[in-house]
Amino acid sequence: MTKPFRLPLGAGLDERARIGRWVDPSSKVSFTFDGKHYTGLEGDTLGSALSANGVRVVGRSFKYHRPRGILGLGSEEPNGLVTLGAGNKMEPNVRCTQIELFEGLTARSQNRWPSLSFDIGAVNNSLSRFLPSGFYYKTFKGPGRSGWMLYENFIRRSAGLGPAPYEADSDRYEHFNAVCDVLVVGSGAAGIAAARAAAATGARVILADETAHFGGLADSMGGTIEDKDQLDWIGGEVASLAKAENVQLLPRTTVAGHYDHNFVLMLERVGDHDPAMVEAGAPRHRLWRLRAKEIILASGAIERPLTFANNDRPGVMMAAAIRTNLRRYGVAPGERGVLFTNNDDAYLTALELQEAGVSIARIIDVRANPSGYPVNMAKANGMPLMFGSAVHDVLTEQRGKQIKGVMVGGLQQSGRAGDGELVPCDFVAISGGWNPAIHLYCHVGGKPTFDAERQIFLPGPAQDHLTVVGAANGTFGLAEIIVEADEAGDCVARRVLGKARVHRPVSKIPGAVGVQEDPWESIWLVAGQKSGHQGRKHFVDFQNDVTAADLELAVREGYRSVEHVKRYTTLGMATDQGKTSNINALGLLSEALGKTIPEVGTTTFRPPYTPVSFGAIAGLQAKELFQPVRQSPVSSWQADNSADYEPVGQWQRPFCYPAVGESREDAINREVLAVREKVGIIDLSTLGKIEVKGPDAGEFLDRVYSNIISSLKRGRCRYGLMMDDQGFLFDDGVVVRMEKDRFLIHTTSGNSDRTAAWLELWLQTEWPDLKVFVTPVTEQWAQFAVGGPHARDVLKKLRGTIKWGADAFPSLTAQFGKLLGADARVYRISYSGELSFEIATPANNGLALWEAILAAGDDFGIAPYGTEALHVLRAEKGFIAIGDETDGTVTPLDLGLSWAVSKKKPDFVGKRSLERSFMVPGPHRKQLVGVFTHDPAEVLPIGCQAIDTDQVQPPPTMQGHISSSYWSPTLNRSIALALIKNGEARIGDTMYFPIEGKVVSATLVEPVFYDKEGIRQNG
Amino acid sequence: MLLITCPVCGAVGDESEFHCGGEAHVKRPASSKPGNVSDESQYEYLYVRNNPRGPHREMWQCVRGCGKWFNAMRDTLSLQFLAFYKIGDPIPPLPGKKSATKTRTPIQGRRK
Repeated sequence: MTKPFRLPLGAGLDERARIGRWVDPSSKVSFTFDGKHYTGLEGDTLGSALSANGVRVVGRSFKYHRPRGILGLGSEEPNGLVTLGAGNKMEPNVRCTQIELFEGLTARSQNRWPSLSFDIGAVNNSLSRFLPSGFYYKTFKGPGRSGWMLYENFIRRSAGLGPAPYEADSDRYEHFNAVCDVLVVGSGAAGIAAARAAAATGARVILADETAHFGGLADSMGGTIEDKDQLDWIGGEVASLAKAENVQLLPRTTVAGHYDHNFVLMLERVGDHDPAMVEAGAPRHRLWRLRAKEIILASGAIERPLTFANNDRPGVMMAAAIRTNLRRYGVAPGERGVLFTNNDDAYLTALELQEAGVSIARIIDVRANPSGYPVNMAKANGMPLMFGSAVHDVLTEQRGKQIKGVMVGGLQQSGRAGDGELVPCDFVAISGGWNPAIHLYCHVGGKPTFDAERQIFLPGPAQDHLTVVGAANGTFGLAEIIVEADEAGDCVARRVLGKARVHRPVSKIPGAVGVQEDPWESIWLVAGQKSGHQGRKHFVDFQNDVTAADLELAVREGYRSVEHVKRYTTLGMATDQGKTSNINALGLLSEALGKTIPEVGTTTFRPPYTPVSFGAIAGLQAKELFQPVRQSPVSSWQADNSADYEPVGQWQRPFCYPAVGESREDAINREVLAVREKVGIIDLSTLGKIEVKGPDAGEFLDRVYSNIISSLKRGRCRYGLMMDDQGFLFDDGVVVRMEKDRFLIHTTSGNSDRTAAWLELWLQTEWPDLKVFVTPVTEQWAQFAVGGPHARDVLKKLRGTIKWGADAFPSLTAQFGKLLGADARVYRISYSGELSFEIATPANNGLALWEAILAAGDDFGIAPYGTEALHVLRAEKGFIAIGDETDGTVTPLDLGLSWAVSKKKPDFVGKRSLERSFMVPGPHRKQLVGVFTHDPAEVLPIGCQAIDTDQVQPPPTMQGHISSSYWSPTLNRSIALALIKNGEARIGDTMYFPIEGKVVSATLVEPVFYDKEGIRQNG
Repeated sequence: MLLITCPVCGAVGDESEFHCGGEAHVKRPASSKPGNVSDESQYEYLYVRNNPRGPHREMWQCVRGCGKWFNAMRDTLSLQFLAFYKIGDPIPPLPGKKSATKTRTPIQGRRK
């Protein structure tokens, strides 16, 4: 802890340049950091408030746990990641430079234990010799898998960012869909000029900026626009844009991703700066899904750090960040600083610090003879300058937390710096030039090109409907920026509106005057006199702790492509996506490889620009709105009658209906026996129901079902199978012919939508000549199966026109009439093996019919049953279930259903594929069999594998698997269905099923366990 | 997120409101000559698809709109759509080719 660093506010040249322009000295805000109370000012960021309080160490680094301070200014900040809030309001890994301070804010530092000041993990720094790049590939290989599991725990604890929250997020998030003509990204001078020109044409313009204040770095850069001070000009223009009806200004909105066809995701931090708004119901974040006809990228540039030993020490900061913090918040980084630069712009920082009363111990410039305006100003002010020199080490005390000086030496022919002298100081301002922020240009495949003269990456080939202007385009002079941005705004807006371009007189083109500067000189690494790095760390990627030595090691180990080096060293792969590190790394690699930067490979950037909260991605689609629940017409009855649910597609279907005190198993057994001995009812409303209508309906169904449908007589039902064209079974169900040109087909519950879409696909694309309509009616009809020896006795009691007698209503027929005064479609079909009727009625009458059947069945002991009893009943009968016996690799022939596969029809979907040599029946196929475990009480788990031996070592060949397995209360033993290689020929054999801790023996049997002759269902 | 126009109902929408069905105009041999399809041609029909670098004709369905399938020509490199056309419409020529394929009346055996 050092003394506070807030300077006297209000001081400075004049009102515009006064320091602390954004903070209100009269309005104090209290907050806590790591449990300690501090006071900041209204308008501070958490970062500036911490700096003002003299808190220099804000976190520990990712791998070596080195103490770190704030390096940058905003979203590019690699070090200052904190965890905000707690409990259900907690958010880890937020950049403290972007957090607007509010009363009561709580934040914690990350990756330290037990405290930020004393951190045990810092031992990694001393052990770094054993933690080179790729260390987890090398060091933690043995012994075997158990070795890794031992190390993994240690690594996960010691490396990392903030902890994930444990509690559910209590805030609200929302999505916004929007369109606009022109999106301008960034509100610096370029963005404002572009937005103004675009808006003047009448186009609908959105101007988005990630900060709360528009203007970008205008307050830190000198110059005048249209004869006004840059800051005044921006203030005036923003005010008139805010008034324009065709312009929407979006502060605190990060354009996070740019996708195909100018789709853009923007994260608007609506309520982060004001918890009261969120409490009052505002969303915390809003995710914009914007489609922009044109995008103008005015995202500016990010200052490039310089790489030298211990350049990560708290107190080493980017020069422009220091200047901006001084102007906006009145915060100085220390009392005595050294400026290390390769460009003129950074001199402005030194000049302003001096103006504010902060002493500058030395300005160190790598250039031999700079002579720009800011350099001459520094000279004139008598500041101590050193040209052709470099800082090559930072000396610290208090275990790296406090800078005491820098080592400065002249740059030699070798590129190394001479030993030179110690310059005492307590902070270091660094600047290595500026990297255009071309991230959004790269998101949809834009390939940057390298400007060898200025050593920067620029946007390469133009992209449709994306125009890059200003510093992002490598245009750094203020006058050129304004002309370029104004031109772009006018041009793209006219293109969108279809307006011709108008030649504007020179007097209408805005003029600006910037600061005259000399070019910068890139320097990728400042090495000292000693060979190698002597254990000192030269950080390239601050957030992921990647050093120059790591990159050189990767090159020595044979890595050549930047993409490989990135993955090996983890460079640029942290949450900041290498904003400050990528270009320096490329420069270093090119030197290590002796190639030019384009030869090493250009880098790219992927979305998001800055992290997007999970809450914003989910929006309102969370909790009960995550997925809609489809309702059956009798859902309310089920909910009132102790239904125990299971998800089936988007439905919640009753798995069983346990009575009070009854276990699931007891309920299922009771329900099964009720159907076998008395009568049961199940809700089948979820079954897919599709009407197929038209003169070619029969022909069409012949082509999509494996059996013949067109021969079906009116009022008759037939079980049909559908294959895909590869010959694999994917759905089954009963087809009913209602009229000559009208069929009703049933699908499984889970496939109802898919099957309707499947029919449409064939009808529209393969056979558009067929006159057929396909109409899904699943939701229009309630449908129940009433099955059991007393089914007919129950149903007879219902008022209606259906004739229930055995002769009047034989198996596999349908009747259409009335029940309880409503339409009714009744089919005599059975999936339970008992005498069974499926009754459909319009959904609105479903509940009344359901309750009437239950009342009618009361005398007979009717039981509602769930999906599990349904499965036990069908498995006892050896009926297959789609999704159990089928898995996309099973043919109808594998399941013994050849009787349902037509040999007469010349073509149907799947027919030709079934004829392929590996699909025809034979010993090479897995076939459906029944399984009786030798211990009748043993119920095999579904999915367990079948083998030929009771020995599991050496691992035997798998012969198949259990597809359905249940306790059968009817047989009072376990039953199972299995798909076994050559199974039909192996009936009678003993097979073995290894399950947890033991091997179960069983006999293969015929896959029908109950009433093989089908007497009961035909009764 | 591609922006798609349905040539049937005219809806313009995000890719997520449509469904891509892969390469268009794949011929199903069994539709035109059932009983006389070689294993090779069945294999090609089922599994072999063009994967061009450049213009590609593909099937799309207007899932959230009219439900109809249609065809589109899309440049797989630039991801720009070059044409949207209905099933049965003339197949637009690939850029650089001379003329459109002749209009076909819908007949069994071809994906139009």
